[in-house]
Amino acid sequence: MAATIIRVNDVAKKFTINKDKSLKERLTGLGRSRQYRQEFWALKGVSFELEAAKTLGLIGANGSGKSTLLKVIGGILAPDEGWVERRGRLAALLELGAGFHGDLTGRENVYLNASILGLTRRQTDAYFDAIVDFSGIERFIDTQVKFYSSGMYVRLAFAVAVHVDPDILLVDEVLAVGDEPFQRKCMERIKQFQREGRTIVFVTHGLDQVRQLCDRVIMLESGEVVVDGTPVDALRAFRERYNVQAGQEPEHGDRRLEILKTIVTDGAGRPRDRFTPGDALGIEFEVVAHEPTDDWVAGVAINNHLDLLVYGTNTRLQGIELPPISGRRRVCYRFHAIPMVEGQYYVTVAVHPEVGPEYHRLDRAVSFKVFSEAADHGVLYLTPRIEVSE
Amino acid sequence: MERVNAGADTSFWRGFGRAVGEVYEYRELLLNLVRKELKTRYKDSFLGFLWSLLRPMFLLAVYYIAIGKFLGVPFPLFPIFLFCGLVAWTLFTDVLGGCTGTVVSNAGLVKKVYFPRELLPLSVVGAALVNFAMQLLVLVAAVLVFGGELHGQQPWLLPLALLALLPFMTACGLFLAAANVSFRDVGHLIEIVLLLWFWTTPIVYGVGGVLNRMHNAGLDWMAKLYLANPMANVVIGFQQAVYGDYNDGTTQQTFQGPIALRLVVLTAGSLVLLWLAQRFFSRAQGNFAQEL
Repeated sequence: MAATIIRVNDVAKKFTINKDKSLKERLTGLGRSRQYRQEFWALKGVSFELEAAKTLGLIGANGSGKSTLLKVIGGILAPDEGWVERRGRLAALLELGAGFHGDLTGRENVYLNASILGLTRRQTDAYFDAIVDFSGIERFIDTQVKFYSSGMYVRLAFAVAVHVDPDILLVDEVLAVGDEPFQRKCMERIKQFQREGRTIVFVTHGLDQVRQLCDRVIMLESGEVVVDGTPVDALRAFRERYNVQAGQEPEHGDRRLEILKTIVTDGAGRPRDRFTPGDALGIEFEVVAHEPTDDWVAGVAINNHLDLLVYGTNTRLQGIELPPISGRRRVCYRFHAIPMVEGQYYVTVAVHPEVGPEYHRLDRAVSFKVFSEAADHGVLYLTPRIEVSE
Repeated sequence: MERVNAGADTSFWRGFGRAVGEVYEYRELLLNLVRKELKTRYKDSFLGFLWSLLRPMFLLAVYYIAIGKFLGVPFPLFPIFLFCGLVAWTLFTDVLGGCTGTVVSNAGLVKKVYFPRELLPLSVVGAALVNFAMQLLVLVAAVLVFGGELHGQQPWLLPLALLALLPFMTACGLFLAAANVSFRDVGHLIEIVLLLWFWTTPIVYGVGGVLNRMHNAGLDWMAKLYLANPMANVVIGFQQAVYGDYNDGTTQQTFQGPIALRLVVLTAGSLVLLWLAQRFFSRAQGNFAQEL
């Protein structure tokens, strides 16, 4: 059993929103100041302990208090009730380049930022080459940072931050910066931190990151802990609570043709919304023509929770000439197997002419879920056979 | 395990020592912040650092012409008298003016990174002290040139006055920095207060004349009040140390009382003030990140 490195004890944080900011307004409004003051609890009775070398993810909707909690752990905000205890050096990546000053050169900013994060000058000297190397902007290191592109700025800032030698690393949604190779570099660095046995607490909306990195996930809602458990439990709870209800998106198109009654079926016409990888699946909908139309195409698309297109096609792409439509038609797409990993998926359906604006489109008209036994990441459910030989 | 943000909830009495220890731990960052403060202030300007000398010099010229020549103040070596007061006053206003906005203008840092917040006002103090040292060099040069004609016989009063000024201005700075976060009026208010304060401090006129007039009018209590102004004592200390006392019946520049003792008392009082200001700052800082 590893030692506890962070202990959060019944922490509560109250925010007071003062609608009047100036002295005059406060003095003239002394008697009725109550009504100009709004209080709400950003955190209520949050308690947990985190062992060393674990990675904790904080998830929740916007405004659920996760960033506030991170700031309380980091000592940036003082809690109104309860307390936080921790051990060891802490580095907080709450915002990259927060301490950068535009008029200073990259080199000067590296030293300044490193000392803000707690490095001594000698340590910074030792890491300097590695920092510049990691950032990949050697050529501009003696240029004032106000001339940097935003990408360069962020790279340098991240490079400084990851070279600080922390026992605890707090990360607030900063992993989604820079171009793709740089992001990968950042991810690798975080994983290296994990291998080195450092403790990481991070806030994220990227549920994939949670799956990939976390040992434990805490989900907050209105400042209270609602789930505290493994990533799989927490993600399931998260999806159930916060997924956009299917069928509530605005509709598009002039509705010369209109789509009615979209359903997901088991492929044999029976409605169904839970599947396991490899099950058959059908998407069925009715098209009503308000005036007879010669030129029409019916399409479907399946997106995952990150809005990544998993699959999309239409009748024209499939080489099917649809006869002219008048009255009602029923369209059925049948997939004999869906090799997709666990998660929630959304179905978008549309009817449109060969060229030109669509007649009718329903984004996320219906949804379905896939559950699997094994834990997988990504999109495709591939079933490897794993052999390890000498 | 260490309690996070303990500065705010340890007892009123022990918190100060803890804060001092923490500032010492972060001394390297303090140095870097001072360096940043100095580097960025005159970055990309042609005269650069010279501006920090030009401003008091310009003030000196204005007061010399307006008061020395137009009003005809009969002080010998009036510019040097003026400069003694201005050096101390510039230090004081640099610190107060700078500290007032420091937490607000570093909002980006305060909201995102933990470090002892006291470092922000302290870095302003540090940068102001560097400017002060430059101006002191000019003053020393003036003394070397005009030394023979000056009557300053207690040069040790200058470090003593500086010793009193240091905790006093730091205390004011800490207080203002914290107050300005929740009441932005403080920034505007302080400009007016400093203007008033300037004229109630014997910088461009001699303290002797003022005290005499109050005495003659039977307003001794007012004289006491006038001398209770800490900055008056500091400025008198600077003037006594360098300019000295001509005592020729016409000039009325100087103060006849025990200025050294007054400065020692002021130092002690300022240290208490500094401790109170730090406690105030420490209470307020827990909410900086949300107020900004």
